[in-house]
Amino acid sequence: MTILVNDDAAEGEVPVRRIRFTVNGQRKVAEIEPRLLLSHLIRRGLGLTGTHMGCDTTNCGACTVLVDGKAVKSCTMLAVQADGHDIQTVEGLATASELHPLQEGFKDEHGLQCGFCTPGMMMAAKALLDANPDPTEEDVRWALSGNLCRCTGYQNIVKSVLWAAEKLREA
Amino acid sequence: MTSQALDEIKIGGLGASRKRVEDNRFIRGKGSYTDDITLPGMLHMEILRSPLAHARIKSIDASKAWDIPGVHLVLTGEMMATRNLAWMPTLSYDTQAVLATDKVRFQGQEVACVIADDPYIAKDACEAIDVEYEPLPVIVNPEQAVAEGAPVIRDDKEGQAGNVIYDWEVGDADGTERAFAAADTISRLQLHYPRSHPSPIECCGSIADFNRATSKLTVYMTTQAPHIIRAAVALVAELPEHMIRIISPDIGGGFGNKVPVYPGYVCSILASILLERPVKWIEDKSGNLISTGFARDIYLDGEMALRQDGKILAVRMHADADHGAFFSDAQPSKFKIGLLHSTFACYDIPVAHLTARGTYSNKAPGGVAYRCSFRVTEAMFFQERMIQAAATDLGMDQAEFRRMNFVRDDQFPHRTPFGFLLDSGQYGKCLEVGLKAVGYEDFRRQQAEARARGRLLGLGISTMTEPLGAGNSREYDILGIKMFDSAELKVHMTGKAIVRTGARGQGQGHETTWAQIVSHELGIPAEDVVVEEGDTDTAPFGMGTYASRSTPVAGAAVAMVARKIRAKARRLAAHLLEVSEEDIEWELGRFYVRSAPDRGVTIQECAMAAYSNMPDGMEPGLENTAYYDPPNLTWPFAVYIVTVEVDPETGVWDVLNTVAVDDCGVRINPMIVEGQIMGGLTEAYAMANMQFITFDAEGNCVGSNYMDYLLPTAWETPGFELHSEVVTPCPHHPIGAKGIGECAAVGGPAAFVNAVIDAISGTGVRNIDMPLLPDRVWEAIKFRRDVSGAPPVRTDD
Repeated sequence: MTILVNDDAAEGEVPVRRIRFTVNGQRKVAEIEPRLLLSHLIRRGLGLTGTHMGCDTTNCGACTVLVDGKAVKSCTMLAVQADGHDIQTVEGLATASELHPLQEGFKDEHGLQCGFCTPGMMMAAKALLDANPDPTEEDVRWALSGNLCRCTGYQNIVKSVLWAAEKLREA
Repeated sequence: MTSQALDEIKIGGLGASRKRVEDNRFIRGKGSYTDDITLPGMLHMEILRSPLAHARIKSIDASKAWDIPGVHLVLTGEMMATRNLAWMPTLSYDTQAVLATDKVRFQGQEVACVIADDPYIAKDACEAIDVEYEPLPVIVNPEQAVAEGAPVIRDDKEGQAGNVIYDWEVGDADGTERAFAAADTISRLQLHYPRSHPSPIECCGSIADFNRATSKLTVYMTTQAPHIIRAAVALVAELPEHMIRIISPDIGGGFGNKVPVYPGYVCSILASILLERPVKWIEDKSGNLISTGFARDIYLDGEMALRQDGKILAVRMHADADHGAFFSDAQPSKFKIGLLHSTFACYDIPVAHLTARGTYSNKAPGGVAYRCSFRVTEAMFFQERMIQAAATDLGMDQAEFRRMNFVRDDQFPHRTPFGFLLDSGQYGKCLEVGLKAVGYEDFRRQQAEARARGRLLGLGISTMTEPLGAGNSREYDILGIKMFDSAELKVHMTGKAIVRTGARGQGQGHETTWAQIVSHELGIPAEDVVVEEGDTDTAPFGMGTYASRSTPVAGAAVAMVARKIRAKARRLAAHLLEVSEEDIEWELGRFYVRSAPDRGVTIQECAMAAYSNMPDGMEPGLENTAYYDPPNLTWPFAVYIVTVEVDPETGVWDVLNTVAVDDCGVRINPMIVEGQIMGGLTEAYAMANMQFITFDAEGNCVGSNYMDYLLPTAWETPGFELHSEVVTPCPHHPIGAKGIGECAAVGGPAAFVNAVIDAISGTGVRNIDMPLLPDRVWEAIKFRRDVSGAPPVRTDD
């Protein structure tokens, strides 16, 4: 699959780079401007709009995705830097038939209100739980400290992540 | 719990902590926020903003921007002016520049727009626009605004001599004067409630789509009040209202920031009309923080007349509100400074007087109700800081002073000295619950012991009732439009239903709770009711969601329309059961014959009959609409108690415990109510601890990004203990509910500040302006003096 993000880039006005990467397990090829942010490639190029952009200055964490399993704020990375790497977004959390325990946990513990920070929160939490299946409340709070939420006050987000951790351990 | 109540919980009715319906899409990343929408042929708009706070525009040269490939349009104030769109009316009878023509009046003001194939090109082109400015003297606070020889910021307005927007007063000046003359003690407090920004994580944005063939304008927009926007667009752009469709898709947080009309919306609409293509504008965070509706920025100076035994005799207050360059916040038109005069409502005070003055400055316009019902946040903050100061002056216990002055349970209905009518509450009981939860007496002992060892512990109380849910329409309107709300309910033949309201949630869970109200009224399981809001072509007219008005007004409308449906269903039931209507009784979800309770029909059977077997002469169908004009505001009551420890060496303070007792009447969905309270407490903690926007003497905004504008994360935010033991139903609301979304953000800040001031008692410090940054607290302890936070800030250190 080729993604021409910018018509003018195709006409040679702007240098174009070709990159290969995987997103949610699918292999992709894209032709892009070197200055394109990874978050824009994901949202506009791939149409995966579950990755939100809140601040485009690497503060709010709404755009958090996993790059090779590590939580990364995708507005802080150029798309060309994703060349050869593996990206996971919120759309890759659930299977066709089953929600990820983090998704269940956020719903069960009322860990979201407006929902805008939620995908980033869940991806940051996934990176934590992949590395540490049995985190303390403090571990969770620290792992999510790069993600801002204006609605919930975090208490229920922390509960949601601990709920998911327990479910994953039982599985 | 009665068996009917238990049945109701099972179907997701009133009182069920039903899991949220909207979560199903949000947890999958399948929400549809404005920036997620892409239309065929869509172009992108970016805004060029002023780097200066006050300057004459000498020239704008956009020729280089026009030359960039991919640029379709460059809009400037001059071009807007030819279409009479350079200025627009605000929601408070002022005018606001859309794109600057004569001069810029705040840093970040919109100067030009570029519309291009791609936002990157549009940003490049903005940078290619040359603007020549001639700097002018800058005003950043009310004192400067009214100083002799101050530059007139709004020289565009005919007859505007200085920078005063309004002088307003309420209450009894003479009576208050007499009460002060008779007082044993007079307490005084002055403070600045700093400028803050609601800062939802999602910024503002719009996609305007004008279709020449149909003459219809569709605008997807981050707005909390789509119908108000439709009316505003009709008036500003002179388009026929029926040809305007405003769609407010999922909103990534609002908190009052998404009520006003912003220049970006207007420019995207004009651009779409000119280019006949969809135009998307998505603001960046810096643009959001420096140009859209801020909140607070008010200077309060008050006195309290006291009798020696602790009885409050009178209150006198003055407010100076800095509105920025344009008076653009939405306030009910009769009340220039919102509901600031709701201050001290929960105390039985015989007489009071309030004066207020609004002024312009070279700062972004706003004064919006940030998680707040029109300035009540400032009102309650001052109230509870003043109460603490007065109790301290009298040498009285903080709890006892409040207890003694509360409006008592047997005094309702109670008229406040500023004219509000309180209808219900159990203030004393709520306070006792809070004191018990925090272990008040024990804490006071620990505090004294710690003090003896040089440790500074403090306890702060904040108790308040606030007016939520404007109207009634007699007193509350915006630009003359009465503040009622609406709901439409359509019950389909299989007993499933859709409800639409004039409100627009932004995370409050309307899709879940409105269905619960229908369920309560009709016995239809909540999962059989779908909720839709935010599309002006389909939703009934309403004033939108802000000021905690959804449940008090639109939620009431949902109950009322369901009752209309039930009344018709009763006639259908009588027909089906072949008895007269008078012989029919109702239980949840079912009508039955009084004399033969086994003979009955379900609401679903009635619904089918409405389409297939109605009696002769009855209008078919089971659909209706209700417009609800509340008889009064709702008055929830809250007690917030915070304990802290202050480090005397660094001024850093840590929260030990936060207890919240909220009496918001009947809770529709307790889980959601608690979520609202925790969110509000976090904003209260943020205001007290870190979150503010200020300006230097040149009008540069300090707080234009999330590195300078600090919001609390999961790491700093303390845990909260919530209490719901006290329930005083609202006597006039159809299901007894009161507003709740904003209580903790309104009442909470004073509890945190009072706790820190309490911890350093003995220093003689009366006030430290929020936020209580470590350096401010340290300065207060070290030099035993009050610390002001008013702008301009020093930039030399």
